[in-house]
Amino acid sequence: MNDKLEIGDTKLDSRLFVGTGKFADYNLIPKVIKASKTQVVTVALRRVDFDTKGENMLKYLPKDVIIMPNTSGARNATEAVRIARIAREAGCGNWVKVEVITDQKYLLPDNFETIKAIEVLAKEGFVVFPYMSPDLMAAKRMADAGAAAIMPLGAPIGTNRGLKTKELIQILISEIDLPIIVDAGIGRPSEAAEAMEMGAAAVLVNTAIATANNPVLIAEAFGQAVEAGRKAYLAGPGATQQVASASSPLTGFLRDE
Amino acid sequence: MTFYDEVSKFQDTDFVEILNGFTTSQIARALDKSELQPQDFLALLSPKANDLLEDIAQAAHSVTLRNFGHTIFLFIPLYLANYCVNHCVYCGFNADNNIERRKLTLSEVENEAQAIAGTGMKHLLILTGESRLHSPVSYIKDCVSILKRYFPSVCIEIYPLSTDEYTELVGAGVDGLTVFQEVYDRNIYARVHPQGPKHNYQFRLEAPERAGQAGIRTINIGPLLGLNDWRSEIFMTGLHAAYLQKKFPEIEVSISCPRMRPEVGGYEAEFPVSDRDLVQLILALRLFLPRAGITISTRESAEFRDNLVKLGVTKMSAASSTAVGGYATAQHSLGQFEISDYRSVNEVYEAISHQGYKPVFKDWHDLSLVSDHV
Repeated sequence: MNDKLEIGDTKLDSRLFVGTGKFADYNLIPKVIKASKTQVVTVALRRVDFDTKGENMLKYLPKDVIIMPNTSGARNATEAVRIARIAREAGCGNWVKVEVITDQKYLLPDNFETIKAIEVLAKEGFVVFPYMSPDLMAAKRMADAGAAAIMPLGAPIGTNRGLKTKELIQILISEIDLPIIVDAGIGRPSEAAEAMEMGAAAVLVNTAIATANNPVLIAEAFGQAVEAGRKAYLAGPGATQQVASASSPLTGFLRDE
Repeated sequence: MTFYDEVSKFQDTDFVEILNGFTTSQIARALDKSELQPQDFLALLSPKANDLLEDIAQAAHSVTLRNFGHTIFLFIPLYLANYCVNHCVYCGFNADNNIERRKLTLSEVENEAQAIAGTGMKHLLILTGESRLHSPVSYIKDCVSILKRYFPSVCIEIYPLSTDEYTELVGAGVDGLTVFQEVYDRNIYARVHPQGPKHNYQFRLEAPERAGQAGIRTINIGPLLGLNDWRSEIFMTGLHAAYLQKKFPEIEVSISCPRMRPEVGGYEAEFPVSDRDLVQLILALRLFLPRAGITISTRESAEFRDNLVKLGVTKMSAASSTAVGGYATAQHSLGQFEISDYRSVNEVYEAISHQGYKPVFKDWHDLSLVSDHV
């Protein structure tokens, strides 16, 4: 089956992106990557210790994965742009997940500042993945500003509550001509599969893997769930019927003319 | 409106009566909620909640894990000066105490910075006593400009400043403020801070809000446990943190729960807090404020700190000295108080890792060196 996720010139076999925060041990990260078969990992630049004496998390990442630095900690477009530039200069490539959070209580993204950051970064040649609250108009502006994909949240970061914003994400999938990658909130492989069945292009998972009792095993499960959900989407499942077929049809009196 | 108005509403509240009135079923209900109201928080602080401590611990552990993962952030304090005009009855730096007073020269600051940076620590907290004569804002600013070359994050724990002064220090690269109200009860506050600028309760209480207006990134508040009954003090601290979260949603708010330690003046805590009490109050804070940082310093013993790793704490200091300088400068002055955890950075790192947690040295990146020019 030739089903690749295309982002610019890049073609990906895996539709699972994995976050690297919250792990108890950096040695787990390469194992999680291998088990999940992911090809894209996000890394918070704020946590990367470029100092050679320190523990640099980037050293734990296999050479063949794409690093997608994120702008965690940015409170406005200016800070997000600065973080993206630092990441690129540090050799993290030109993919960037723009995350502008002005609310530390729920960690909800600021769509307005995010749009401003995309405008600057896309012009500078970054491949921009904005993390956003699922809102159609904001997603359209992000697409117009040059985003490579749109990353709506399923539920607030770290809640593991699943696809609480399902209806709104469905609208983005229908209306936006960019890959829709569900980011945040996915707590279980079944929810990842559900997002893929809906037609999401990919999902990003961090907390659910990093805080599981067995992160490597659940990473594998997430990889399989994403694949299964994608296949189901491509297969086009049979329509579900809400009511049983009526034995006395209401339109039975209509005769063929 | 400031938090001062909120505190005023509780002026005549009889906390003892309310706290003793909670039943086990009220506590169980509070534990069941995904978002706790102040009343639920108070229930978890009540004497009765002690009976459900293990259940509360399990809930708090899971909330912490979802929000922070298996991580503990590390920081280290550096005392720049111990000159002080205040008369806090519980503090080793009290103006009345006959101790050697000194402040670091700028070249000593540089030496200290190198010694600390050599341990791998990245988040620095700088402290002074209150002396606008010996450690004015201009001195602190000079120190910050040196320290920023070594540390991605420099936070201050100094006397309360005006909004303009906070703005000046934020501009110099300070990203966090720690300021302890010490005690929220106004009568006790007046008694333990009899003279000096610190006698002004309201000016201190509103310091975090002034720093918030000045654009600070992180705020850490707390009571000094031992000065008053911990249950009502932690309740007010929790409300203060929630107030700051709501007023400044972009700021990361954290809470410290320092227990009084022996100091040179020999002051004894009037309201001692047991280990079990400390655990209960940390758990209650965690459930009331799932996203807030909770800080534990080297005031607590190594063994106790290791056990707290899984109970809601998210930040720890390590290898701390509470004397001026203390990392590189040969001539050590007497500390502000005695610490209890004497382990090195490496030993603390190993101990946290042993608990199945990742010690995080770096959680911020200095953005001031990048140009905005497109």
